[in-house]
Amino acid sequence: MTALGSAPQSDVVIVGGGMVGQTLALALDQAGARVAVIDASRPQETLAEHFDGRAFAIAFASYRMWRALGIAGALDPVAQPIKRIMVTDGRPLGDPRGGGVSLAHLQFDADEIAGDAGEALGVMLENRHIRLALDDAMRARPNIAMIQPMHVTALARDAGGVTATLADGRTLRAPLLVGADGRKSFVRQWAGIRTINRDYKVTAIVCTVAHEKPHDGVAHEVFLPAGPFAILPLTENRANIVWVEKPAAANVLLRLPPQDFHAELMRRFGDFLGEVSLEGPRFSYPLSLQLAESMTAPRVALAGDSAHGIHPIAGQGLNQGLKDVAALAECIVDALSVGLDAGDVTALTRYQRWRRFDNTAMACATDVFDRLFSNDIPSVRFARDLGLAAVNRIGPARRYFMRTAGGAAGVLPKLLRGEKLAA
Amino acid sequence: MASADPAEIEKFARLAAHWWDPAGPFAALHKMSPARLAYVREVSGRGAGLRPLAGLSALDVGCGGGLATIPLARMGADVLGVDAAPEAIAAARAQAALQGVDARFREALIEDVAQTGEIFDLVTALEIVEHVADPRVFLAMCARCVRPGGRLVVSTINRTPQARSLALFAAERILKWAPEGAHDFEKLVTPDEIRAATPELDWSAPVGLSFDLLSRDWRRSGDVSMNYMMAGAKR
Repeated sequence: MTALGSAPQSDVVIVGGGMVGQTLALALDQAGARVAVIDASRPQETLAEHFDGRAFAIAFASYRMWRALGIAGALDPVAQPIKRIMVTDGRPLGDPRGGGVSLAHLQFDADEIAGDAGEALGVMLENRHIRLALDDAMRARPNIAMIQPMHVTALARDAGGVTATLADGRTLRAPLLVGADGRKSFVRQWAGIRTINRDYKVTAIVCTVAHEKPHDGVAHEVFLPAGPFAILPLTENRANIVWVEKPAAANVLLRLPPQDFHAELMRRFGDFLGEVSLEGPRFSYPLSLQLAESMTAPRVALAGDSAHGIHPIAGQGLNQGLKDVAALAECIVDALSVGLDAGDVTALTRYQRWRRFDNTAMACATDVFDRLFSNDIPSVRFARDLGLAAVNRIGPARRYFMRTAGGAAGVLPKLLRGEKLAA
Repeated sequence: MASADPAEIEKFARLAAHWWDPAGPFAALHKMSPARLAYVREVSGRGAGLRPLAGLSALDVGCGGGLATIPLARMGADVLGVDAAPEAIAAARAQAALQGVDARFREALIEDVAQTGEIFDLVTALEIVEHVADPRVFLAMCARCVRPGGRLVVSTINRTPQARSLALFAAERILKWAPEGAHDFEKLVTPDEIRAATPELDWSAPVGLSFDLLSRDWRRSGDVSMNYMMAGAKR
């Protein structure tokens, strides 16, 4: 038990032990910082097979960080490298105006990024595999205090740090509190950081399919009138489907009998991978944009979805969160290495400056990208087809998009270059 | 009272409550901290890790609210902070307790410490030599407190035309980085004067500490016409 204003036991208290919170804990612990993580969920639920049907496109820079943190080894056998991304414009088969995929397309090829030889654009990983690998890594670090399942009931700030009161009456104190507690972040609300919100009024249907022919590591993003339809390659001739629809349509699709849902899926999927069968349940997520007006407050930093929830159109949500982690960990470790505390104003200012522009730019880019593609006005459609074809012809533009999607644009934190943090 | 200037002590005593307010009158010192402390860490010539100064004894002269003393303690040094203003010492002690940092503080002048015969592996005089009554005496006393083989680290503002217009006038009157009247141009000290006052120390070349407008950070630079740091090793 520690009273308010007494000496801190940790350098950093992280609220939220999801992928962002755990990755941050591992990065800080590796550099010798003392970390406590408070998470509300029960591990037996978050680690269960059925918990989440999602899979993530992990940009190569994010994956490098996980390698530096020692968890990529466990993920390699279940990671599907993305060798190529095909972006196309299309209509469902059987559409009166002519269905199928437009000829004009944009193709991103891993072989094209010189100097990154052998590295894929990214890897596709299933949520459950990531969670298991992170959980195993956390267990192997005896100095990380993982407190789970546990709620934070109160937070109080003074000139030396933040004191968190837990549901069981315990208190934890640190010079820095990190809110990695998701879109509805308790930390963000307590710190009085407001958000900018936009409801996309669309729903993402997510499911996994098995298919007959190999996908060769190609990810497809097809822009259908209702929204993007993505086919993301998983291991063993399987793919994760992210299918964006208007909420009303999504509701119907989610309730359809399996054979009817399969038929609707095939109208969009096409037959290029042969026979396709649904594996496991269908999930749905309403999509919205949420951007925190600041990533920091005195003695507080936000990372991941608590700071920014963006449109999943480019698969950048988790990657943006992992970039937050890499930058924040470096700012904290640099402060600690010269004897400053983890919540020193210079560390927080540097973090805010480093990440805020990138996060805002990405939120705007995905927003504009979505508006551009999620409509079926003929002139817009024609223009964007021309645009796709044009970008495809211009090597530098295409490579820039690839590097951005791969997470290598801007000043890269050390962890995203695959280096360990050390004082 | 060779080193103390009563008017200067009184000036900083009034500001004591604000030492640890990162947006307060000492904001500029907070911003300089990473670059200043990295320099101290580097010239101490110790190894890697989060406690590179472990095993070193240190004296932070004119420690104010402990902005450098507390980080030196966190880096592992056994550190004593001394300041002539009791209000500053009280602020430093309070912050050290709040942060759970083991640093000692004493209301004392450098001549008081020198008189006790205590010597230290590392003596730091950061942003203080420009505030004392007689810099030559002050520096000589600081040098006397360094153990042979140990180091004195000074960080201050050079006495140049650039310093007069930028480091003093612009910083205090326009940018409000420092409290108005915090510095007196005639009291500024040059690297040569530091060398002359301490013949028993071998000084490294001074390094500049400059504000980078693009990154809005204090960075080490080759420009020593304004803020600079230097380290002297005692023979």
